[in-house]
Amino acid sequence: MKIYGFKGGVHPPENKDFSKNSPIEKLPIPERLIILTQQHTGAPCEPLVKPKDHVFKGQKIGDKQVFVTAPIHAPTSGVVKKIGLYPHPSGRLVLGIEIEPDGKDEVFPDLPKNKAWHDLAPEEIIQRIREAGIVGLGGAAFPTHVKISPPSEKKIDTIILNGSECEPYLTIDYRIMLEKPELVVEGLKILMYTVGVKRGIIGVEENKRDVVDRLKNYTDSEIEIVVLPTKYPQGSEKHLIKAILGREVPSGGLPLDVGVIVNNVGTAVAIAEHFRTGLPLISRGITITGRGVYSPKNLDVLIGTPVNKVIQAAGGFKGTPGKVIFGGPMMGVAIYDLEIPIIKGTSGVLVFSQEEVKYYEPIECVRCGKCVDVCPMGLIPTTLAKYVEKGKLIDAEELGILDCIECGSCNYICPSRRPLLQWIRIGKIDILSKRRR
Amino acid sequence: MRSEETKLIVSSSPHIYEKEDVSYAMKQVVFSLIPAVIVGTYLFGIYSLIIVLISILSAVFWEGISLIIRKKPLYILGDYSAIVTGLLLALTLPPNVPFWIPVVGTAVAIILAKQVFGGLGENFLNPALVGRAFLLSSWPQIMTSWIEPKKGIFWASNVTTATPLAIEKLKLSGYSLPNYWDLLIGNRAGCIGETSVILLLLGGLWLIYKKIVDWRIPFSYILTVFMFSLIVGKDPIFQILSGGLFLGAFFMATDWVTTPLTSQGRVIFGIGAGLFTIVIRFWGSYPEGVTYGILVMNALTPLIDKFIKPRKFGEVKK
Repeated sequence: MKIYGFKGGVHPPENKDFSKNSPIEKLPIPERLIILTQQHTGAPCEPLVKPKDHVFKGQKIGDKQVFVTAPIHAPTSGVVKKIGLYPHPSGRLVLGIEIEPDGKDEVFPDLPKNKAWHDLAPEEIIQRIREAGIVGLGGAAFPTHVKISPPSEKKIDTIILNGSECEPYLTIDYRIMLEKPELVVEGLKILMYTVGVKRGIIGVEENKRDVVDRLKNYTDSEIEIVVLPTKYPQGSEKHLIKAILGREVPSGGLPLDVGVIVNNVGTAVAIAEHFRTGLPLISRGITITGRGVYSPKNLDVLIGTPVNKVIQAAGGFKGTPGKVIFGGPMMGVAIYDLEIPIIKGTSGVLVFSQEEVKYYEPIECVRCGKCVDVCPMGLIPTTLAKYVEKGKLIDAEELGILDCIECGSCNYICPSRRPLLQWIRIGKIDILSKRRR
Repeated sequence: MRSEETKLIVSSSPHIYEKEDVSYAMKQVVFSLIPAVIVGTYLFGIYSLIIVLISILSAVFWEGISLIIRKKPLYILGDYSAIVTGLLLALTLPPNVPFWIPVVGTAVAIILAKQVFGGLGENFLNPALVGRAFLLSSWPQIMTSWIEPKKGIFWASNVTTATPLAIEKLKLSGYSLPNYWDLLIGNRAGCIGETSVILLLLGGLWLIYKKIVDWRIPFSYILTVFMFSLIVGKDPIFQILSGGLFLGAFFMATDWVTTPLTSQGRVIFGIGAGLFTIVIRFWGSYPEGVTYGILVMNALTPLIDKFIKPRKFGEVKK
């Protein structure tokens, strides 16, 4: 198949060897779990339980009656200890439900009946996916049922599974494709059936070529596997579509506008597993990695597990930790508290040792143009940052600042170490909040 | 393991950076010019090397003084840009200039062309070329006195001569034009660092390989000079091998600060510099036009950047 590719991008050191050869291990149930009500993009959930309530594994404990949200569930059986504010990976305090597991791991008796997915109507599948609280597991955690309910005027012809995992260090998607290829393909088939398309594509970066044969054992004529060049941000939805199909999502638009829905491979597995077990999304795969832990590995953890449990499972800190990042080094969020729980959007935990974390004093822009060359959106990051710095938000908007996908390529490449993305983010937030007013 | 015990550093993404920073790039430029310095010393004597060193030291001195006056931290000197400016200016000087010429030249380059605008990144003209242009118009006699290459280890040659471009342009009698081979290896009169085309090309290719220089600028620049010479009926090979074209095209016209941000803009820059160079060479009063060709395009760079923008992803055609 012809690869269209995309312009720009960077090649940061991959650093996937730390964890790529360790099979996914199941982390034991921790002593406490904190289920935050904001696990996803969209409205936060409202708790459906009270302190001291007993909950079963898979029981719904939070929901909200709006379209763009996803319910939350108890990851194991136990008692609700407290409902209060807990630190969220984003840095804010968010309402959370703390559960003390009872160790019995009793499954909720009223889970949906296991019925083969092809016996269900597409609407029923969408409803099941919503009730199971499934969201995009690639990082943005957008509710999946919203993604697969396109407005009727949008004609969808292709579903792409994103297996590119372009973030350095992270290997969980790779392990999932290697260890659960049949579930990846089954999830894709469920999605294709639900949306009613006849074409499914799994996009994989070249550095993960060995999963292709595993996946091919399960694919049929409707599903294609495409090997893409290893380049960051290959896993960006818009750039994945461009690279595979040559279609460009219009500025301000969504993949729906070019007839495509993109889902992460982990999400597909979560869907397939739900239709096999009836259990909602209560655990996810993550990579715990970096030079700051003793034994980097891939783990299957319950949602709500405090991050220090994950770090302990990787042998604890090696030396003094400098940064603990939820996600990869390019787009991940640095956290400040080791009690912060894993949420549905956490694809990995990356620990940098103190020696690895350097502060660079930015110098004046030397106009080398590297940020322009690497920007996958065709923007001029240095000029955008300068405009925001000077408060010229209208100029910044005209130059396309809102198209920025915050991949950080410009910031990564800048030889003057200028905080380009930070300025651009500030500008985007300012412009959007002014627009809302 | 609470945060009181372990202080974690928090900052926004990205959390990694490419190793190569500005001072790395500047060091690579210095490195790639070392062959030109060696061959200049070999051809024109130890005195040329002294001029290069004086030029570098005085550039750093002026940069330091300016930073102190501007109340800026002195670690900025560590970006190596003053060293590059001093080195580049020296390489564009005739070999036997008095020692104060580079001192004055770098003062103009660093203070007038760079620091008064706000230092590295804020200057709109190439500092080394401004220094050279100032010297050329203030002391034209000194700046156009050339000596024969002598080859070997010696203090300085004193056999005066003319540059190939001057011989060709002014139809000077009593001089013979060097052949292509001599032009290529640098066996001819000229500025300290401009003569050996082959070594400059090697240094330039190194910088392209290191992704410090965009190949589009030297390529479009030299190609324009070649094509234009061909059209006008001059010897195109002689035109590209003579004068300071390779030094200018690979090391001056590629200065990050004073050239366009976009690759399309850089092609326009190269073509423009080539046209101005040729116009000055063929119809102007100087035999060589590289300095002014690049400076004119430096001045036009903000205009190029205003009109040439990369194509935005997903741009909706209006």
